Amino acid sequence: MLRRTFLRTTTLAAFATLALSAAHAENPTLKIGFVGVTSGPAAAWGISNQRSMETRAAWLNELGGVKIGDTTYDIEIVPFDDQKDPKRAIAGMEKMAQEGIHYVVGPNVDDGAAAVRPVAEQNGIIYFPYAFPKSLYTPPASNAILGMVANYQSGPAIYKYLMDDKGVKTVAFVAANESDPLSQRDSGVEAAKALGLDVVSDTVTYQVDTTDFTPVLLPVIQKQPDLLVLSGVSPANAPQLIRSARELGFQGLISTETAQDATVLQEGAGDLANGFISVGGASTPELASDEMKEFVDRYTKMFGEYNDESNTKVYALEYILETLKADPAAIDDVEEFKKTVDTFSAPNPFMKGDAKLSYVGTTSFGQKRQVAVPLVVNEYKDGKFETLFVAEVD
Amino acid sequence: MEQIIANGLYLGAQYALIALGLTLIFSLMNVLNFAHGQMYVFGGFITYSVVSQLGMPFIVGLIASAVTLAAMGALIERFLFRTVIRRSAREESTMLLAAGIAFFLDAVILLLFGEKQRGVPKIVNGVFNWDFRLIMPYDRILIGVLAVAMIVCFILFMQYSKAGRAMRALAQDRTAAQLMGVDVDRYSMIGFALGAMLAGLVGALLVTITGINLGMGGPTSVKAFMMIMIGGAGVISGAIAGGFILGMMESVGLSVLSSFGDITYLVIFASLMVFLAIRPQGLMGKPWG
Repeated sequence: MLRRTFLRTTTLAAFATLALSAAHAENPTLKIGFVGVTSGPAAAWGISNQRSMETRAAWLNELGGVKIGDTTYDIEIVPFDDQKDPKRAIAGMEKMAQEGIHYVVGPNVDDGAAAVRPVAEQNGIIYFPYAFPKSLYTPPASNAILGMVANYQSGPAIYKYLMDDKGVKTVAFVAANESDPLSQRDSGVEAAKALGLDVVSDTVTYQVDTTDFTPVLLPVIQKQPDLLVLSGVSPANAPQLIRSARELGFQGLISTETAQDATVLQEGAGDLANGFISVGGASTPELASDEMKEFVDRYTKMFGEYNDESNTKVYALEYILETLKADPAAIDDVEEFKKTVDTFSAPNPFMKGDAKLSYVGTTSFGQKRQVAVPLVVNEYKDGKFETLFVAEVD
Repeated sequence: MEQIIANGLYLGAQYALIALGLTLIFSLMNVLNFAHGQMYVFGGFITYSVVSQLGMPFIVGLIASAVTLAAMGALIERFLFRTVIRRSAREESTMLLAAGIAFFLDAVILLLFGEKQRGVPKIVNGVFNWDFRLIMPYDRILIGVLAVAMIVCFILFMQYSKAGRAMRALAQDRTAAQLMGVDVDRYSMIGFALGAMLAGLVGALLVTITGINLGMGGPTSVKAFMMIMIGGAGVISGAIAGGFILGMMESVGLSVLSSFGDITYLVIFASLMVFLAIRPQGLMGKPWG
């Protein structure tokens, strides 16, 4: 059984990691934290995040470690499951502070990211949330760096593309009744209206634990929009929403601004998911470098199965390490890190061509507090993603 | 309107089947099984493994889920609940045990099946469409019919089989049943296994439609408790009625109240509070009538 293989592989990977740790015992350890949700309904978000970091760390350690200044470090990932609870997220960030960690990836959701801000600022921690509230990245805030493309950046680009290329004129929004999806819906509606789209429905919401979406979607589908936007939809709900919409006879386009997993879509919706548009990362064949392909292989070997959500989550650890390499003094002084952010530039190892790692966000936040990752918009087709278009964000 | 009624009936059938297992265990042992939702999830994942990973027919997955969950239920009763009930007269001991099992199963599910949403291919393709007044995919119709058939089988089993009669006797009066020669331990174990099996069967049925993921357990348990509160804890007909009432309320609410946002469950919970204030024992309040 695949799961048994997975357990065996995980055990072997653990032994291999231990053996390698022993082999590189002379290297001091650089701890990088992760505070995010790795249990419960949203576990897929945080687990793909944590595993991306662990895969990359194991890979770098196997290569002999990361040289920062005159010292070569082994990378250790210190994870903390915040259970999507802001109180737990605070406890997690306090734990990171107690361990002397200055760089943390996460939290995954808006309220958790907002809750940890005082702890991070008081304890000299730079953190990379996957959450979109602008106040986290706009002065006077300065310790948070957005780890992905925000929906208010990707949404308008997707809608504009669909208006120009597919003739979309009317749009409907559906969101889970939670803070992240609702705020993403609101900013999506605002962006759609600004582009001149006719928003025919934006009030329908659903409980995150909904198992039958037919009654939820019925009033939306009756409005016959050209485009149905699943705002902030989780990978668990996306296939069911797509399936219900198609089974109700919806023939228009369906999109979201969150990252999805092709296997999950295939298993949950099959061919009905063909044409579904979502935000992805750098793993489609058109974009992925050899290093990205190796990352996917290593991830798969370590954990039994790759998660396409990791395409957007492979970057944060790379940014931390490359920025520290550029300014070794930042290793225990986050003020140095903040200074380096303004001028930092390094090659992007995960994409073909001459793509660069750099910090952006001046347009959205008034300062560089966002990692420059490509805005890759994918279309699902027959079990895999195909790149629809690529854009840049600032 | 036709669509709303059809959605309500479909939801009601699956909800009733979920609630049956929970109410059976409560009636036999006075145990609130907080792990019922996790058992449902476990059943779904077993069917997923059998059908999608091993490539076997859906019916094999269904049987595998039923057998595994029945065995799990029997073991849990034999080695956990029976021991705790013997050693502690306090009802909260079994509640804490059930909660502990729920957390334990969550961790086991994450370890064995991972964090991803899983699903199996549709067992029947095609959609029934009556002039766009009533749209229902054939697989939902089939699952709804199977759910109703299982409910009928369960009622017949409880009504006419020796084990069913013994369990009903236990539910009515444990001491009297014991004095009449009913093997309390044996039938408690069979009852718990049957309840767990029902949870696993619903998970196996619904994995073809809703898919399954790690986080579904808790909310499923909450809904199941709501159903037996509406119908009356420990009453089979109450659990069925509670399931159909909740399904219909959900379907009507999501259609009629959609323009006001996500207030359907707010209205349902408020109605439930008022209802329980008036009739705390639920619609069919007494165990086994």
